[in-house]
Amino acid sequence: MSNSPLTPGVVAERLSPAAYAENFSDVQPVFDRHEARVAADRCYFCFDAPCMTACPTSIDIPLFIRQIATGTPDAAAKTIFAQNILGGMCARVCPTEQLCEEVCVREVAEGKPVEIGRLQRFATDTLMGKGVHPFTRAASTGKRVAVVGAGPAGLACAHRLALKGHEVTVFERHAKPGGLNEYGIAAYKTPENFAAREVEWLLKIGGITVKTGVELGRDVTLDELEKDYDAVFLGIGLAGVNALRAAGEDLKGARNAVDFIAELRQSDKPSVAVGRDVVVIGGGMTAVDAAVQSKLLGANSVTMVYRRGKDKMSASEYEQDHATQSGVRIIYGAAPVRVLGDASVEGVEFAYTHDGPNGLEMGETFTLKADQVFKAIGQTLGAAPIGKDGAKLVKQQGKIWAGGDCAAGGEDLTVTAVAEGRDAAEAIHASLMA
Amino acid sequence: MANLTTDFIGIKSPNPFWLASAPPTDKEVNVRRAFEAGWGGVVWKTLGSEGPPVVNVNGPRYGAIWGADRRLLGLNNIELITDRPLEINLREIKSVKRDYKDRAMIISLMVPCDEDSWKDILGHVEDTEADGVELNFGCPHGMAERGMGGAVGQVPEYIEMITRWCKMHTRMPVIVKLTPNISDIRKPAEAAKRGGADAVSLINTINSITSVNLDSFAPEPTIDGKGTHGGYCGPAVKPIALNMVAEIARSRETHGLPISGIGGITTWRDAAEFMALGAGNVQVCTAAMTYGFKIVQEMISGLSEYMDEKGMANTSELVGRAVPNVTDWQFLNLNYVTKAHISQDDCIKCGRCYAACEDTSHQAISMSDDRTFTVKDDECVACNLCVNVCPVENCITMIELPKGAMDERTGRPVSDYANWTTHPNNPTATAAE
Repeated sequence: MSNSPLTPGVVAERLSPAAYAENFSDVQPVFDRHEARVAADRCYFCFDAPCMTACPTSIDIPLFIRQIATGTPDAAAKTIFAQNILGGMCARVCPTEQLCEEVCVREVAEGKPVEIGRLQRFATDTLMGKGVHPFTRAASTGKRVAVVGAGPAGLACAHRLALKGHEVTVFERHAKPGGLNEYGIAAYKTPENFAAREVEWLLKIGGITVKTGVELGRDVTLDELEKDYDAVFLGIGLAGVNALRAAGEDLKGARNAVDFIAELRQSDKPSVAVGRDVVVIGGGMTAVDAAVQSKLLGANSVTMVYRRGKDKMSASEYEQDHATQSGVRIIYGAAPVRVLGDASVEGVEFAYTHDGPNGLEMGETFTLKADQVFKAIGQTLGAAPIGKDGAKLVKQQGKIWAGGDCAAGGEDLTVTAVAEGRDAAEAIHASLMA
Repeated sequence: MANLTTDFIGIKSPNPFWLASAPPTDKEVNVRRAFEAGWGGVVWKTLGSEGPPVVNVNGPRYGAIWGADRRLLGLNNIELITDRPLEINLREIKSVKRDYKDRAMIISLMVPCDEDSWKDILGHVEDTEADGVELNFGCPHGMAERGMGGAVGQVPEYIEMITRWCKMHTRMPVIVKLTPNISDIRKPAEAAKRGGADAVSLINTINSITSVNLDSFAPEPTIDGKGTHGGYCGPAVKPIALNMVAEIARSRETHGLPISGIGGITTWRDAAEFMALGAGNVQVCTAAMTYGFKIVQEMISGLSEYMDEKGMANTSELVGRAVPNVTDWQFLNLNYVTKAHISQDDCIKCGRCYAACEDTSHQAISMSDDRTFTVKDDECVACNLCVNVCPVENCITMIELPKGAMDERTGRPVSDYANWTTHPNNPTATAAE
């Protein structure tokens, strides 16, 4: 440990190896059998359960919890995977406090929901821990489908297609499959290389070939795919990042939060450089992940600045609390005016905002000291290979389907991407077999 | 503050909570701890004849079933009567009684079915200065195979005969403990009364297999790959015990026969229910075995608070209060009409009432798109299932329709009391004069 949290500038090794290990360990360890039984006992087995309705993948939650309660976690896992093949990752990253657990009747009654996410993780970890893949492929249909993007949408789509007996080729521009699961989620939510292990386990269904380092438009064209395959699914995510449109945003030390998060996932934590005074601009999950992890890497002060009020913030209340409990300061209602500094970042000037007749209006300004600035104000589609519906791709155009973050509708959540990939696979299957 | 002191067949105790004859009352060390904790009395674990004591298995003695969060709901056992020498038990009983004169000390007995055996054991126990004896005609396992315990309790003639011998050979009060493993509990109770019993106590444990091990295919508890039926007790048996107590309390032949109530009593409320059905006091075992002796403190404070609220100064005001209201089905008022009502303020929208009613009852609950559950009065037969499956206490209640009000289900107004004995559909109906 050559540096400390007080070392000026953007540097690595601010903490001891033990501190890194502790900070990036499993944020919420898996239940043991006893904890799972106690938690499962709390489920009321509701009729037409609200949790199930709230789940974008419609997992039969009361059924899988009852299966845990009766000592059959493998059966519980199968119930989950039948609806959501990435149920393992979703158990770790789903904002359950905004989905299933928010509407749990025990949340309504007691302010304490059944811990659905953790129960799901218990079941899925139990089955995946045995290295068993619970599904068997149908007989080959002789149909070939190309899936572009090996993120949650693409993987869910590929798995469901393979299950139905189709031959699937997945094209991924990155070096590893997984998409945001591999590159975009906070490290402490998915330690021990879970994303890669999950992909490996998912591919055991057979019939899926993954080609990494292949980018649509650069290495392969959509026309070629259309010609060579019976159908194409686009799960290409959001490749672009919104600019701040503030002076100085290209100064050394100013960086896109998504790149920082990806670097963290692919590196030994002590080697990741972080500023002494970090400012994160934005109010979504990406901003929270960048801010919290800056703190975990040993930044001395981390401030997250969001241009609107707390209620408008897209990061959930739970995530905001997690950030503040991790030592992140959150300033609501302030927008960046300019990034200050000569060659590298020295601070950020903000203006307080208020709602005016023509949208947000800027008021009084203030300056935050900073040697590192993370920009996390949203991602964009980039080049559109097919037609658009608003800012995103249409969900179907001829023999091409699209789903996940790149496609119209739904929220930018892992679980939504899984649902859309799965549903596109069902639509492709119906179309191919018609 | 209500007075919990009870006088049960002349035996006084500071409260009506006794520990039943069972493992908790097998030794001086346990009984002293029980008295220190506040128990009003104990029935010392069953003594057998002089000579080498019985032996117990050396594998598991207990099996169980559990509810949510592994709360113990039912326990069974294959333990026999005391496996310690008679003289040691007698010495310990005398020692404890000397130090706790205000507590009830009853000795449970089980010896072979001949007069000399009973005369002999009674002679031994008189010297302990215990307050009474309880004849164990109940244990359904092990000892029953040797013609004792439950084997005697299933033959009213034997009960009467042995009770008579005991009354002849001791001046102590005699309580006869009954087995529930029979079809009509009134018969053994009547036999005990004919034999001169001062009281009956019930229920002893119920024949049971708690579970089957699905790996070894043997009943639990399993001893070297085999299992046997054991005696079942705990909260799960309370309804069975309450009914049997009530049957004896309301029977013309046994009405007034003092009853010591036993069977799944876990809280003050359970105890009060037994007493309301005619039990002069209660005996507890499983609850103590589950939570320890300290539970008696809740029983004492709970029963006191309840009696104060009801304006009862003495337990005798509670005993038997519910007996007149236990009747036969044929006398129930068929013109008493209630309808389920769901409190929307309390409803947590789980929909269990809906599933239960729609799938298994009378399709009398509607569900709206926003999960509002409402009772359809024109379909509701007032079965109470929704009340019982609702996780929120008092969220669903049964509302009585006043006389003259229209029952939307039948299209008829609520009318005066009438029961099955006069109902036109009853082929044996007696015409009202």
